[in-house]
Amino acid sequence: MSKVYNKIESITGSVITVRAKDVRYNELAQINTRFGKSLAEVNKIEGDVVSLQVFAGGQGISTGDEVRFLGHEMRVSFSEDLLGRIFNGSGEPRDKGPALTENMQNIGGPSVNPTNRILANRMMRTNIPMIDMFNTLVVSQKLPIFSISGEPYNQLLARIAMQAEADVIVLGGMGLKYDDFLYFKEELSNGGALSKTVMFIHTASDPTVECMMIPDMVLAVAEQFALQNKDVLVLLTDMTNFADAMKEIAITQEQVPSNRGYPGDLYSQLASRYEKAVDFADSGSVTVLAVTTMPGDDVTHPVPDNTGYITEGQYYLKGGRIEPFGSLSRLKQNVNSKTRKDHRALMDAMIRLYASYKETIEKKNMGFSMNRWDEKLLRYGELFENKLMDLSVNLSLEGALDLGWEILSDCFDKDETGIKSDLTDEFWPVK
Amino acid sequence: MTENKGKVVSINGNLVSVEFEGAVSMNEICFVKAEGTALKSEVIRIRGNIAQVQVYEMTSGIKCGDEVEFTGDMLSAQLGPGLLGQIYDGLQNPLPILAEKAGWFLERGVYADGLDPDKKWEFTPTAKIGDTFRAGEYIGTVPEGFFTHKIFIPFYLHGTYKLKSIASKGEYTVNEPIAVITDERGREISVSMSFNWPVKRAIRCYDERLAPVETMETKVRSIDSFFPVAKGGTYCTPGPFGAGKTVLQHTTSKYADVDIVIIAACGERAGEVVETITEFPELTDPKTGRSLMERTIIICNTSSMPVASREASVYTSVTLAEYYRQMGLNVLLLADSTSRWAQALREMSGRLEEIPGEEAFPAYLESYIAAFYERAGFVRLPDGSTGSVTIGGTVSPAGGNFEEPVTQATLKVVGAFHGLSRERSDARKYPAIDPLISWSKYGGVIDAEKARFCKNILQQGDEIGSMMKVVGEEGTTLSDYITYLKEEMLDAVYLQQNSFDLVEANCGTARQRYVTDKLIRVLGSEYALADKDEARSFFNRMRQRFINWNYAEFESDSFKDAERKIDALYEEFQGKTTNDAELLLKDGE
Repeated sequence: MSKVYNKIESITGSVITVRAKDVRYNELAQINTRFGKSLAEVNKIEGDVVSLQVFAGGQGISTGDEVRFLGHEMRVSFSEDLLGRIFNGSGEPRDKGPALTENMQNIGGPSVNPTNRILANRMMRTNIPMIDMFNTLVVSQKLPIFSISGEPYNQLLARIAMQAEADVIVLGGMGLKYDDFLYFKEELSNGGALSKTVMFIHTASDPTVECMMIPDMVLAVAEQFALQNKDVLVLLTDMTNFADAMKEIAITQEQVPSNRGYPGDLYSQLASRYEKAVDFADSGSVTVLAVTTMPGDDVTHPVPDNTGYITEGQYYLKGGRIEPFGSLSRLKQNVNSKTRKDHRALMDAMIRLYASYKETIEKKNMGFSMNRWDEKLLRYGELFENKLMDLSVNLSLEGALDLGWEILSDCFDKDETGIKSDLTDEFWPVK
Repeated sequence: MTENKGKVVSINGNLVSVEFEGAVSMNEICFVKAEGTALKSEVIRIRGNIAQVQVYEMTSGIKCGDEVEFTGDMLSAQLGPGLLGQIYDGLQNPLPILAEKAGWFLERGVYADGLDPDKKWEFTPTAKIGDTFRAGEYIGTVPEGFFTHKIFIPFYLHGTYKLKSIASKGEYTVNEPIAVITDERGREISVSMSFNWPVKRAIRCYDERLAPVETMETKVRSIDSFFPVAKGGTYCTPGPFGAGKTVLQHTTSKYADVDIVIIAACGERAGEVVETITEFPELTDPKTGRSLMERTIIICNTSSMPVASREASVYTSVTLAEYYRQMGLNVLLLADSTSRWAQALREMSGRLEEIPGEEAFPAYLESYIAAFYERAGFVRLPDGSTGSVTIGGTVSPAGGNFEEPVTQATLKVVGAFHGLSRERSDARKYPAIDPLISWSKYGGVIDAEKARFCKNILQQGDEIGSMMKVVGEEGTTLSDYITYLKEEMLDAVYLQQNSFDLVEANCGTARQRYVTDKLIRVLGSEYALADKDEARSFFNRMRQRFINWNYAEFESDSFKDAERKIDALYEEFQGKTTNDAELLLKDGE
């Protein structure tokens, strides 16, 4: 299958066409240009006219360049050797290690039979109180982190990568700033998590087509680890860049745009990636956390909007904290009844009091006088924000619950918390 | 299968063009043979000797020149005993069987029969030799779980037929011949317990379509009392993400007063289907006392499954619903979500390079949606009994904005609209059905005048509420403030309903009538209240007593006890019923 063609008929953006026979849909080809080799994927066949998407982009391709069909689809090597390595969107090493070619697996494979899935019912600990205690992450859950540019979402992901109770971490970077790439690399190796991490990184300066490959590469690797009975945590940043890459390519291919220029299949495209999150009966699992930046802080923008319909809740990152109000883990009730008996009651009470604190702040800002109850709430709000909400807090769930009681007892009397008295009797700290 | 063959000439996404000889019909099913598998596809456009087909699977690996086999049949569902309790994909492949055949993943090109070909069913003939029949009349029965499954003369046969021979009582598989009938010209046709029906065609073997009048109880108070759905009617539930569309449908599927529920999970999360599959076999149907799964069929084409079969899944589910209606049963079809189906149409339309309509949806979107909802209906069957198909669809409007094409096209054809609002769901008010925007054209379980009385309070209270945001509590008169408190209370004790509590979630007609009468008495009264503080504390206490009342089993001792507490508080504050309310309550008796 290594017939070579060297007459390129047309070049539009990153899409080239050649006349070729016996080419399969989605097959890969290799193009040798004067800037080096690049992969390309067949995305349309009309008779003997074959359109190919060139991963490195159309720049510098000459009509006389050599095109060689490889006879297989986009694949990624899978073995334990992946751990600790960094690759780009074409699956080539980004670190100084050797290229991996054994045990190649197709990417973007079929979806899991729903009858082979099991109900998500295990907690994934991250040691971040705003997640563990208030919006518990559940194994096999898919959750976006809605954020605006400038928020420390990559710092949050790095912390989760280091602290989460997962066997393997697969990190996918799309349109990442080079500084952020370096930051991830440094943080993970300092934190000692690099040895259980695989990274697929596309930086902002790399070709757009490679950006689109990242989620599929990441999820194919994650799925393979999961089938080997590993609990895998997939971290993706930033899915909005992925959607923008799709938009760019769709427009250059003259597809009819549907909403703000995005292609009509945006929902299906995002869903087929997020739905890779799974808990296999009798095997491992894939959990997905994906940063989605909201252009203009607008949650109705097509990317966060479609994402919200697919995922099982969302974390809002605002002002450097995970917002307790908009954030929601839809699966938390599957697990938080089994952690510690005070978990739910304490969680509800603390959020309720924090909501009252917010109202008090508003009253204060409008110049109303503060009564004794208001003073208590103000003190509580401050302690809550500094001791529990801050992203740098690294505390087990049990530690966070104990700290929660501590904060409550510092600010309030038992019966002011609205918690059932059999719980306060048992957990109220004695001073 | 016909001998008709063709070969692939172009591939673009899941749209494949096939050059053919001979005759090919629109919407005919064909198989594209690639890489050792045969991929199911449907003809969606024919131009000259080129047929464009949408492939129900991933198309990678197909190449020009690959062989295509035409079947001559349209996409069909296999109808017969054994459909209940099944979990199908959009093309009626049983998912548990696919799991046995293919393992973890849904490998392409793997198909299975919709009905188990080996299972034997206990057939009892009911027809006599020499009797004449038309399509849609039955000649025998089979017990299927709790139901008596009727065996029909296949729906595709036109004219009248005479029964020539029929099998005696005994056990047969779905494919074994059980009767021979002769047509007007004396030709013999062999009939088995199952037959195929093209899913995109409505089943019309009924005598007459009647107006939907009987209320379908969902046990959700705000629906049954204020925005009811009739058996054989249609309704839609649009709402932004996280507003609780799926939870509401899930509750409805458990408690709705119908015989059979068909859940079409169309382009939504697999996790939700897993929840249903895990939960339903454990739950009992309050009506029959059997497992809930015995009255349920799940058709699931989740968001990551191929887009083309998402469209098919909607039609497959409504066909199964119509089939069971033919037995004189009341069937509820819940489609979640119709927007994903519309998006599948949009994707295909884009590939066909059709001129796009609004938001790139195809121009025929409205007529497709209308045709789908029109397959609901309350009908009189040939044997004089009645049956119904009720369709409830969720809509997922982009950005939660109801002005978009799918919501608007749906609102034109449905009989009830349950609009969910972000505001209510953010305030954790379940169900998040917004009473100010929702409507229904059907009759509910409570008297229409009484419902209007309650809706008036909601309307007035809301107006006062928004005024209060500007002028503050100080600037509001006591009587306005009391109306506002009444609205808050009505919302809290009647519209909101805890779906996790068994008693609270399962609120029947008798109870709804009883409780609304009490509510009208309480809300339609004047009290001796000195100031706003006293008013607030009175309505808070009243609200608490009503909530406790809601959690008590209907007509139990604790129910009566809780009711006495409400009456006591009413007396304490010298409640005096207004004339309007008094009249209303008298009328009802």
